[in-house]
Amino acid sequence: MKTNILVSAAFGAVAALVAGSASAGTLDNVKQKGFLQCGSNTGLAGFGQPDAQGNWTGLDVDFCRAIAAAVFNDASKVKFVPLSAKDRFTALQSGEVDVLVRNTTWTISRDTSLGLNFTGVNYYDGQGFMVRKSLKVASALELNGASVCVQQGTTTELNLADYFRANKIQLKSVTFASSDETLKAYEAGRCDAFTTDASGLYAERLRLAQPDEHLVLPEIISKEPLGPAVRHGDDQWFDIVKWVGYAQLTAEELGVDQKNVDAMLKSDNPDIKRLLGTEGKFGEALGLPNDWAYRVIKLVGNYGESFERTVGQGSPLKIKRGLNALWNKGGLQYAPPIR
Amino acid sequence: MSVQTEAASARPKVSPLYDPKVRSVAFQVLLCAALGFLVYVAVSNAHENLSRQKIATGLGFWNNLAGFPISQTLLDYSERYSTYGQAFWVGLLNTLLVAVVGIVLATLLGFTMGIARLSKNILVAGVARWYVEIVRNLPLLLQLLFWYNAVLKALPSVRDSAQLPFGIFLNNRGLFSPRPDPEPLFDFVWLALGFGVVATIAFRWWARKRQEATGAQAPVGWVTLGLIVGLPVLVFLLLGRPIAFDYPAATRFNIGGGMVLQPEFLALLFGLTIYTGAFITEVVRAGILAVSHGQTEAAYALGLRPNITTKLIIIPQAMRVIIPPLTSQYLNLTKNSSLAVFVGYPDLANVFTGTVLNQTGQAIEVVGITMMVYLTISLGTSFVMNIYNNRKALVER
Repeated sequence: MKTNILVSAAFGAVAALVAGSASAGTLDNVKQKGFLQCGSNTGLAGFGQPDAQGNWTGLDVDFCRAIAAAVFNDASKVKFVPLSAKDRFTALQSGEVDVLVRNTTWTISRDTSLGLNFTGVNYYDGQGFMVRKSLKVASALELNGASVCVQQGTTTELNLADYFRANKIQLKSVTFASSDETLKAYEAGRCDAFTTDASGLYAERLRLAQPDEHLVLPEIISKEPLGPAVRHGDDQWFDIVKWVGYAQLTAEELGVDQKNVDAMLKSDNPDIKRLLGTEGKFGEALGLPNDWAYRVIKLVGNYGESFERTVGQGSPLKIKRGLNALWNKGGLQYAPPIR
Repeated sequence: MSVQTEAASARPKVSPLYDPKVRSVAFQVLLCAALGFLVYVAVSNAHENLSRQKIATGLGFWNNLAGFPISQTLLDYSERYSTYGQAFWVGLLNTLLVAVVGIVLATLLGFTMGIARLSKNILVAGVARWYVEIVRNLPLLLQLLFWYNAVLKALPSVRDSAQLPFGIFLNNRGLFSPRPDPEPLFDFVWLALGFGVVATIAFRWWARKRQEATGAQAPVGWVTLGLIVGLPVLVFLLLGRPIAFDYPAATRFNIGGGMVLQPEFLALLFGLTIYTGAFITEVVRAGILAVSHGQTEAAYALGLRPNITTKLIIIPQAMRVIIPPLTSQYLNLTKNSSLAVFVGYPDLANVFTGTVLNQTGQAIEVVGITMMVYLTISLGTSFVMNIYNNRKALVER
């Protein structure tokens, strides 16, 4: 299987050589194919996970559906391509996927040297630790000399080393290829602590045999702005993905949701009129019909609805909005105006 | 008349189109040109696409700070100051370590089982047979995961570590033993060992010469043992044991100090050894069966005992058949060690094509380098085994 990864990486590289030149207009390609290819997680509750029937759900999955809704007026025209942390960038670079929405942290090196552009932040996250309650540890600073299980190919690996270095703590890390193996090793007692993004910690904790015996420590040791990424060099597609996200935020801010969006079409509020395309021609400028944002809200919902359904109170994870609340409600989610 | 004979004896003039020599050369040139063109297109296209998408290229990352820790390092390595290049060497050494130890153990296991497979004792032969049939027919990855989980689950947790004699601890984070710290005087022990090895070689040479000349046998085994083991031990004791030990001790979370054999390493080593050992068993069995039974009968007729017959008559002849397929098993073991990432062992594929590739994003360079490394290791192994094979091959006179 390892060799398969090597081979697929090599093929990905070859595909980058051959296919790259043909990917000038991603929007046209997507329309021609008739569906959107979306790079997603292989299975992370709340963000991207197929259920027993093969239906994908999650915050990242909703984002892909929103793009499909804007382009095709059909939120189901998405093919999800499950990618490991390691293979995800190669898949996007080589054109295997049109957009990567896979709880991916936005960093300068990824933005500049990998040939990608991050379009925004759909979830403000941070890295945390999970430990056994029986260890009687109350803070990550007490973890001197502890072993930590970590998944390979993530910013997590580097943050961990940085944090322990900054706090002069000795660290023993054990690195695994998949999140499954990492969690299993932690559960078997190979490590004292398990680390990943805080949202992931809550999701993974539910998969343990006895979730109550484990505790998520209060420290958040890094900034992990997770967001969708597209290839360099296609500004139209970059704009579309970016503004689909902003449209969902704007809708929440204006109180437009899946249920009332049809009624809102008759609203006199100029902001709502511009959002839903009854005034102005903002869709055309994106290369989409003017009701692009209406489609997104009608078929997928606004950001708040999507959040509550996938990771918030309507889901088993029950994550609070926190940093992901709108800017006028104490959070960081802020959309530039549609005008 | 004479002119005519001359013309007839000269080669008939054929169009170059139908000349087989010209044709074969022309086809080869064409093929080479086509291949060269393909490579050129691939490389230039890759370069153009990479620079157009502004993806970093080149080996500039080699000297950048790595910043990630590695759980088992044979070299000096720290996430505080080591570079990606150093991470590469650490990974490479870890790969070589598991490959070399694995090859030695798999060979021992394979030869033992291969001989057992042909034993007249039904129980012994049956055990060897079932070992081969079960192990050879299960995927290696499954076996690795089995061993890793078996190791993790079977051993006690770190807080209930099993305490063994000599200050050794065993738990599911590894086997912790005291680490010897040689003092300066210890150099003399190394010196004694070196002298012992040289003296052994000289003694063996002398003993062989004498046996060829007079037929008298010298106690080679005992002298070897005395020179290589006895002499250094004697020097060590005479110097007053110039060595200190760093004993492992329980800390708040782990066991600190000492040396550690990690469960990841043990699981990978176990899995590779047992898996490859099964194939070597069959290679050895085939090799032994390839030696004509007349050889055994002839040896018995000369009055040689069965184990001497096996050692001096059968095995040397069987080696000629065994070595070539044995070489490919060695190569398989080395290449299979790249499955390490699934049990968390930091080998080259895990550290370099895993973490380094992901941190730098330079897939083509990193995968290319890794391929070159495995190719070099494999060709090197083949080269050494071919030399050995040529020495063992039947010399026809």
